[in-house]
Amino acid sequence: MTAPMDVPSSAPEAQPGAVLTGAGGSIQGRSLRQIAWLRLKRDRVAMAGGVVVAVLVLAALAAGVLDKLFGLIPTTAFNQDLIDPDLQIPKGAFGGISLAHPLGIEPTSGRDLLARIFAGSWISLLIAFLATMLSVVIGTLMGVVAGYFGGWVDTLISRLMDVFLAFPLLVFALALAGVVPDNAFGLSGDVLRIALLIFIIGFFNWPYIGRIIRGQTLSLREREFVDAAKSLGARQPYILFRELLPNLAAPILVYSTLLIPTNILFEAALSFLGVGVRPPTPTWGGMLSDAAHYYQIDPEFMLVPGLAIFVTVLAFNLFGDGLRDALDPRAR
Amino acid sequence: MDELLTVSGLEKHFPVRRGLLQRRTGAVKAVDGLDFTVNSGETLALVGESGCGKTTTGRLLTRLLAPSAGRIEFEGRDITHLSTAALRPLRRDIQMIFQDPYSSLNPRHTVGTIVGAPYRLQKVQTPQGTKRAVQDLLELVGLNPEHYNRYPHEFSGGQRQRIGIARTLALKPKLIVADEPVSALDVSIQAQVVNLLEDLQNELGLTYVMIAHDLSVVRHMSDRVAVMYLGKIVELAERTALYERPMHPYTVALLSAVPIPDPRRREGRERIRLTGDVPSPLNPPPACRFHTRCWKAQDKCRTVEPPLLELAPGHQTACHYPENPPT
Repeated sequence: MTAPMDVPSSAPEAQPGAVLTGAGGSIQGRSLRQIAWLRLKRDRVAMAGGVVVAVLVLAALAAGVLDKLFGLIPTTAFNQDLIDPDLQIPKGAFGGISLAHPLGIEPTSGRDLLARIFAGSWISLLIAFLATMLSVVIGTLMGVVAGYFGGWVDTLISRLMDVFLAFPLLVFALALAGVVPDNAFGLSGDVLRIALLIFIIGFFNWPYIGRIIRGQTLSLREREFVDAAKSLGARQPYILFRELLPNLAAPILVYSTLLIPTNILFEAALSFLGVGVRPPTPTWGGMLSDAAHYYQIDPEFMLVPGLAIFVTVLAFNLFGDGLRDALDPRAR
Repeated sequence: MDELLTVSGLEKHFPVRRGLLQRRTGAVKAVDGLDFTVNSGETLALVGESGCGKTTTGRLLTRLLAPSAGRIEFEGRDITHLSTAALRPLRRDIQMIFQDPYSSLNPRHTVGTIVGAPYRLQKVQTPQGTKRAVQDLLELVGLNPEHYNRYPHEFSGGQRQRIGIARTLALKPKLIVADEPVSALDVSIQAQVVNLLEDLQNELGLTYVMIAHDLSVVRHMSDRVAVMYLGKIVELAERTALYERPMHPYTVALLSAVPIPDPRRREGRERIRLTGDVPSPLNPPPACRFHTRCWKAQDKCRTVEPPLLELAPGHQTACHYPENPPT
């Protein structure tokens, strides 16, 4: 019965990379990150989305520089000479598109649309990014704690998530934005409005990611490496943040890229309803709201911010989907 | 030999809760009264079918689980109810090898991080730095020290188990609880890992509690064997005595199921087929727990629980009508 055991213990198993060392150098080990990057590079749709996202972020960051470069001023340059004084719409075809104003100008006010789209992108992306970060931080923390500790902690946090998910967010946002005065918390003007939007959008969206993280944690905590850490005398913060959190990086990253477009849309909706950042500071939702008055006589005005939102949301979604495929080893 | 570990009356009952108020409606008696000792330098094997409480026992010994009752003494010190903080220094002396090499290594950590974790967690300073110590460990378990920066997914099952063993050895433990250390591996790799464990035992003077269901591996590795059935030890004996003169009918049945590679020898053997399933540990049979499947069961087995008695020197059996009774 002991026959199958009689193999000398010195026989080493094949070492990774050792097989091909004779044939032109050793094989480099690839980290999980490198594998995900290779897969992402192969996904053209996702890469296209990623490129658009990168361009948008760069454009948003450089909005001020671009304005100077093209001699555009988003809020104060009223090109009244280009507005038809009778109809109050831009002279020329397609909303007054010209070399000086590649996307045309606003009816009545005559402000350059490209400049306003750039300035608006800055606000849209800033709010969407920071609100997403807020959701992700709260959601991850709550999700990990609920999933790892279980019991009454889990019950408490899960019910809290239910409460938040059942919350009429839009109505609350409308009410809160109306109640908060122009000066509050030591902030005022645009800064206050932006902070308020980030708080409203971010603070009420965490349960979505919280649930995903809780579910992942539930399955991760049963893995033996958690027991291994425990049997080495690891403290709970170590297990939560060093052992579990790195394994949650993929869902967190994917969910973030998918949450950003949702938040862009939400910010646009709030601005459209007039509770976002106030004029004259341009936002995409605010521009869309303005354009609604003119859609019969100047449809191009509505098309510009609409397309901006559409392209941005689509690019983020495509990139997020591709990222999910690349990071999930089972979805080959 | 010195007794390293003494276990008496060890129990672990998992409560079963039902309904809105989470009322306790019963308990799974995973481990239900174990008594045994582990001597310094030996290998004690715990064998039994799935669900007999082997793994739970292993987790109780390493105090990953808290016992419901009983007493665990390590080097004469009661560790049954030590708090997490009080256990921490003790973790250096009692370590565990895990069953599944695919889930026991964190996929996001490098080999260096995994094997070096014991030093960091226990704040142990090594003379030439942690990296050097880790590389020495990798070499000790037969891996290339240059694989320090690789990730677990780059290794085969056997290599991963070696990584796990290296981590276990980092703190130079006195007792290692090996929970089915080779059952997840290919047979060809099993032999290598088993031999590695043996070499390490000789080299470092380790004491193993080995949990296994493969009787060939147990026969190869262990000094003494404890056979478990439904949360209890039914037979505990020296390896040779147990394999050659098993006394408990359950042990006899288990041994008759071990495949024999030689067809000629196989013919002469009587294969005992146990009928029925293992009864639920939620509601184990009264008295002798094996009586529902035992071909020798009498009325006494259904009413009087057989105590674990030393029928021959060093050979304990819990049976009213043992096989191979001592003459």
